[in-house]
Amino acid sequence: MNHDPFHWGRPSDATYGPYNHQIAHASNVNPMARQQQQSDFPTMHTQRPMMTGTSVLAIKYQDGIVIAADNMGSYGSLMKLDNVERLLKVGQSTIVGISGDLSDLQAIQRILNDLEIDEAYDAGDDEDTIAAGLKANHVHEYLTRILYNRRSKMDPLWNACVVAGFDDEGKSFLKYVDLLGVAFASPTLATGFGAHLAIPLLRQRVDSEADVKNLTKADAIQLIKDCMKVLFYRDARSLDKYSMAVLSESDHKVEFHKNVKVEDMKWGFAKGIKGYGMPQL
Amino acid sequence: MTSIGTGYDLSNSIFSPDGRNFQVEYASKAVENAGTSLGIRTKDGIVLATEKIITSKLLVPNKNKRIQTIDRHVGVVYSGLIPDGRHFVNRGRDEAESFRSLYKEPIGIPGLLDRLGYYVQAYTCYNSVRPFGINAIVGGIDDDGPHLYMVEPSGVYWGYYAAAAGKGRQTAKAELEKLDLTTISTRDAVKEAARIIYLAHEDNKDKEFELELTWISKEETNGLHKFVPKDLLEEAIKYAEEEGDDDGSSDSSSDEEMDD
Repeated sequence: MNHDPFHWGRPSDATYGPYNHQIAHASNVNPMARQQQQSDFPTMHTQRPMMTGTSVLAIKYQDGIVIAADNMGSYGSLMKLDNVERLLKVGQSTIVGISGDLSDLQAIQRILNDLEIDEAYDAGDDEDTIAAGLKANHVHEYLTRILYNRRSKMDPLWNACVVAGFDDEGKSFLKYVDLLGVAFASPTLATGFGAHLAIPLLRQRVDSEADVKNLTKADAIQLIKDCMKVLFYRDARSLDKYSMAVLSESDHKVEFHKNVKVEDMKWGFAKGIKGYGMPQL
Repeated sequence: MTSIGTGYDLSNSIFSPDGRNFQVEYASKAVENAGTSLGIRTKDGIVLATEKIITSKLLVPNKNKRIQTIDRHVGVVYSGLIPDGRHFVNRGRDEAESFRSLYKEPIGIPGLLDRLGYYVQAYTCYNSVRPFGINAIVGGIDDDGPHLYMVEPSGVYWGYYAAAAGKGRQTAKAELEKLDLTTISTRDAVKEAARIIYLAHEDNKDKEFELELTWISKEETNGLHKFVPKDLLEEAIKYAEEEGDDDGSSDSSSDEEMDD
């Protein structure tokens, strides 16, 4: 194996020929601008995300779901925006938390808004009842189709989404879907850094579906708050201000909390750090 | 006041010697013979109502909604050929969607009506199509407040404080003129609309009907077009029936299965 970091895991050139950089360097540049070269690969538009949102966390508890996402809009390492709402309410029964590229988040927002309008047309007069209309499982499947088809065109919406809500029977529904079209369900879900740092903490309390019934609402909220605290400590692209939604199965309600702050942090250790910036005396 | 077309009425888009497109006028006849519908514009909202003539006992009550929504903030009710009405609403929905995708804002009512007026008029220009057989009453709330319009088969539309179409439109218009539309609340307008539909039903009294009521109100529905909730609907029907009895008339309305 070639140990150069830029060539990790690559079979040797001698066996497979030189790497075709056209794949990795596919771009959005208009191919008419330069003559489309004879190529084995179709025109591709794989992107890099520009403005991004970080983790989304969610956990099922005995009577529903708690989902949270902070309000940070990062431009690489620049913490550009601090008021980005990344939890989207879709209809009466669903919250979609989106991480990744923010302009693609806005595109998804428009798509889901159009879906909401269209589905409401034939809902009749029971739009306000539990039985009516768009449910979380419908929203998730729709989003999965869109994301998968975009990835198949090599033009992905660069996001990882968590769909939380109620299904046709009014039961809790929690499922993930991302830019690759990968979709899976679990009682605990998180995207980005949350997947690395928060999931182990969430799973300590809810390891499988059987543990869901033992987690109370207050405990679930505290658990999510603690995870958001850990993420603010450790994720360099996170913010201490976030939004949290609490969905309850029993009364089919969605409580949306905005501007929740991370509290009780201990930053005293920062004084003793040497090697960065000015010494704090 | 029917006059014979004598040959100029056989095709759409043909002008007669006195400058009329008879097919468009005949389309209005389809509207005149249909169930009554009306719209009221109040200070903070819109009420739409229609008299749905029940053509068969096999029809499920309260299904088969006739009043439709465009986007979230506009309601449409029509008298005449129902399929033409649905086509009209579909076009309105497409227009609203394309406006939204371009401007990221819900379409304003005058703008929507402009597009709908154009569309309906287009069907008066070619002999390969026929005009729309509906009078559509379109109401909604935008940044400038509530608006109510009515579009006719010729494509002409006007803004109204209150409008009525269909068989009982004369009765309805007479009653609507008596209302004080500058001060009436949307909630009261709902009850008046019900009363007026019941009165206008006299013109169709040999048939059974079902009342359908919708409203849009900044205060009550947050600017969204919704069907009137069951309790208010029952209150409105009660009011309508009582007022109807006070005027001493009718073997009033037949059986309404308003409970769903």
